[in-house]
Amino acid sequence: MSAPAVAPKARRRLPASDGDRFVYVLALPVVAVLLFLVVIPMATTAVTSAGGNGFAENYGSLFGGRSGEALLLSLVSSLLSVLFCGVIGTLLAVLLHRFDFPGCRALTVFAVLPMALPPLIGAVSFVLLYSETGIVPRSLSALLGIDPSTTSVGGLAGVVLVHALTMYPYFYLSVSAALAGMDGSLEEAATNLGANRVRVWRTVLLPMLTPALVSGALLTFMMSMASFTAPQLYNVQTLTMEIVSARTSGNPALAATQSTALSVVSIAFLLCMRWYQGRRVHRSLSKGTPSARRAPSSAAAKAAAAVGSLVLTVVLLAPVLVIVLVSFSVDGAWTTQVLPSDYTVDNYLRIFADPANLLPISVSVQTSVLATGFAIVVGAAAAWVVARWRGTGRGLLDVVIMLPWALPGTVIGVNLVTAFNEPGAGNLGLTLVGTLWILPVAYFVRFVPLVFRSTSASLEQLDPSLEEAARNLGAGPLRVLRTVTLPLVLRGVLAGALLAFVDGVGEYVASVVIYPPGLPPMSVEIYNRIYTSEFGTAAAYGAMQIVLILVVLAVSNRLGQGPRQKQPAAAALPAA
Amino acid sequence: MTPVRLDRVGKSYGSAAPVVHDIDVTIESGEFFTLLGPSGCGKSTTLRMIAGFVTPSTGRILFGERDITTTPSNKRGTGMVFQNYALFPHYDVAGNVAYGLVTRKVPKSERARRVAAALTAVGLDGYADRRIDQLSGGQQQRVALARALVISPSVLLLDEPLSNLDAKLREETRVQIRRAQQEAGITSVYVTHDQAEAMAMSDRIAVLEAGKLHQVGTPRDVYHRPATAFVATFIGGSNVLDAEVVEITGDRAVVELTSSGAKLSTGGADGAKPGDRVAVSVRPEHFALTDPGEGAFDAVVRDVEFTGATCQFELRADGLELSVAVPDRPGLPRPGDGVGLRPDAEHAWLVQP
Repeated sequence: MSAPAVAPKARRRLPASDGDRFVYVLALPVVAVLLFLVVIPMATTAVTSAGGNGFAENYGSLFGGRSGEALLLSLVSSLLSVLFCGVIGTLLAVLLHRFDFPGCRALTVFAVLPMALPPLIGAVSFVLLYSETGIVPRSLSALLGIDPSTTSVGGLAGVVLVHALTMYPYFYLSVSAALAGMDGSLEEAATNLGANRVRVWRTVLLPMLTPALVSGALLTFMMSMASFTAPQLYNVQTLTMEIVSARTSGNPALAATQSTALSVVSIAFLLCMRWYQGRRVHRSLSKGTPSARRAPSSAAAKAAAAVGSLVLTVVLLAPVLVIVLVSFSVDGAWTTQVLPSDYTVDNYLRIFADPANLLPISVSVQTSVLATGFAIVVGAAAAWVVARWRGTGRGLLDVVIMLPWALPGTVIGVNLVTAFNEPGAGNLGLTLVGTLWILPVAYFVRFVPLVFRSTSASLEQLDPSLEEAARNLGAGPLRVLRTVTLPLVLRGVLAGALLAFVDGVGEYVASVVIYPPGLPPMSVEIYNRIYTSEFGTAAAYGAMQIVLILVVLAVSNRLGQGPRQKQPAAAALPAA
Repeated sequence: MTPVRLDRVGKSYGSAAPVVHDIDVTIESGEFFTLLGPSGCGKSTTLRMIAGFVTPSTGRILFGERDITTTPSNKRGTGMVFQNYALFPHYDVAGNVAYGLVTRKVPKSERARRVAAALTAVGLDGYADRRIDQLSGGQQQRVALARALVISPSVLLLDEPLSNLDAKLREETRVQIRRAQQEAGITSVYVTHDQAEAMAMSDRIAVLEAGKLHQVGTPRDVYHRPATAFVATFIGGSNVLDAEVVEITGDRAVVELTSSGAKLSTGGADGAKPGDRVAVSVRPEHFALTDPGEGAFDAVVRDVEFTGATCQFELRADGLELSVAVPDRPGLPRPGDGVGLRPDAEHAWLVQP
């Protein structure tokens, strides 16, 4: 994910080792897989977009009519999301990293929680909490007699609210990293030269935070453009929604056009982000410790801090709590009450008792395991190839493997459906649409960048002279890989693989486009249950996803505590 | 054991100026040979070419009669000690030392015996099961040395192995490295930027600057008979005065200083002929202070620094800045005083400018 501006590593730059041919041997299969599953499907979609009513009319529709409106709606909601996420994420980062107050440590954990929720669960919990029939407007109505329709959020505002409260971690994480990497003596120098606190912020801290803010903004914009679940639940016709309805209404050419347009925007943002992070304008040149946290001094400030911290904790935990709460409610019994009135464990029992209810879990787990296994092999190999590649082409390989991460899940779904619909030259005669195989392929494509990124980060921490020492002691390239490189980056590979696995289990956006009839993965099943108002059962599935995610996050954080890992593993979670 | 020959070896990246330029030198069997120079002079690249991590752009590298220019690094049989030690953090001390024996398929029993012997040799008995992060810097350094020596390498390569140690440990360790090298009689190539370290340890020193080889010689050679102005100033520090050769007698010359026109007698005139534009190196301790008018030329004292055994004078003479060190005694000149300077003819040395 984003590599926020961290303090430069103080490692002596060794003269580069001349490359091994082995790198090229390994690069071939990696490139072949990426071509087959990422590049060619994207190209197939682009070709399809010229069909139907023809190229000109398809693309012309983006500037007017339904597609045009959808594009405009996507842009507006994304810009608003960036704005709100920026404010929330930055304030939270400054609050949690520069001030000391009760509950501060716990809040740093809860602050990244929204990103850990599967996108569908996140969106559902916000509907349960803040929509007109949601818990918050109803409690305000019950307690203060305020009309729920004035306190509820829906439509575009609802989408922006979901985005603001689930995507602010992109800002929060990058600003936190920048604050942590900042040398406190810079502020001291400014103060020493006569600057007051406002001037220090304006002239020193904010310019130093600019790279973090820009990467946060680019990332949030990309993710909001790609968002599908929030628009679907609030029924806002963004471009992703249009793509799905164009496909389901039997206009694949229009869907392909919209997908291609969205791909172009996403790729442009990916390149933009790479370019910007390559520039790295203001970085702390000196190594040093960040300045100390400031504790509130007056009693009133302390009390306010404690109350604020409590409120913040409740707001951040509410989405998880509401899912867990509703998972114990009786389906259909919760109508006009503030909270569900009747509770039961039947929802869970029913899921495990009935094979038909267990099927979505088994589909999701099996396809994710398969996808993760494949992602480990390809992602780790690709990371190693990119790290050791000398000469040209390295940047291109890096872009191609990160491409699926930038592409909206909807687009990946459409690309795969278009490419593997019927036997052809591009897919080597392989038809995956309608079979269960399309799911692991989609999950692999979507989440291989996680393994790649996480492995790359570990490889960057790896001192190249270790591999040289092994070579010097007589080990061939394969033995070096097996006895030195692999054991030392294993934590990174596993951390990435665990994230890929949970994201696969929670995947909804691409699944809903491609899942084979009768074999719904977990998230699609959750949506179906919500559609039929079985909130209890839907939430029970969701709660299981949350438990799985929390377990995996705990494990991968332990992995992350290894001596060679700096970034929290949670920094690599996507949302949609 | 194995002599190492660098046969007009060069390395350049793309069209940029070569990092290493036509190095031609033979490192004798069992010799402790040092590549010395400031950072960026190409000494590390040269070592890495010998190790096989960098392929030369031009020239050949030979171990004995064997041309190993393109041999993969794992098939060269060198032992290398890295600047940051490059110990494998996922192996314990014994595992690190045994690594090269495992790749060489040494049987297990012999492996254990050799690992134990190597650890004893570097004074790390009883440390076999320690994790690497439980060791001090000095101990890590010795594990790295044991790991490189246990495989009985044909050539031992050391890349600034002492630069991460504190001053006291550095001196102890350099004695230890030197002793281990002599006992095993291994041809060793040592890279450092520290001229004192190079002088203390080496049989011979190669001085490099900007990828070019300036001089190869014993520590005494490079100190007393520097080939170039760079060698004279980099090793020990010296005053380098531009001059023109007036007259040659055997290996001695009379030169005329460009600055003042004063005539000096110098050694090191082999190959020079009258009319050559050269330079003369006179070390600070090889000047005598006289009364004005009584030396070879006059100067004005600008600064005096008392350093204990000697007094360090900064002087200005005909537009030149000079350093002179004389034993401390009462009545030495003070800033602003005029003095005469008389170079010691035995130690004035003709160098390439």
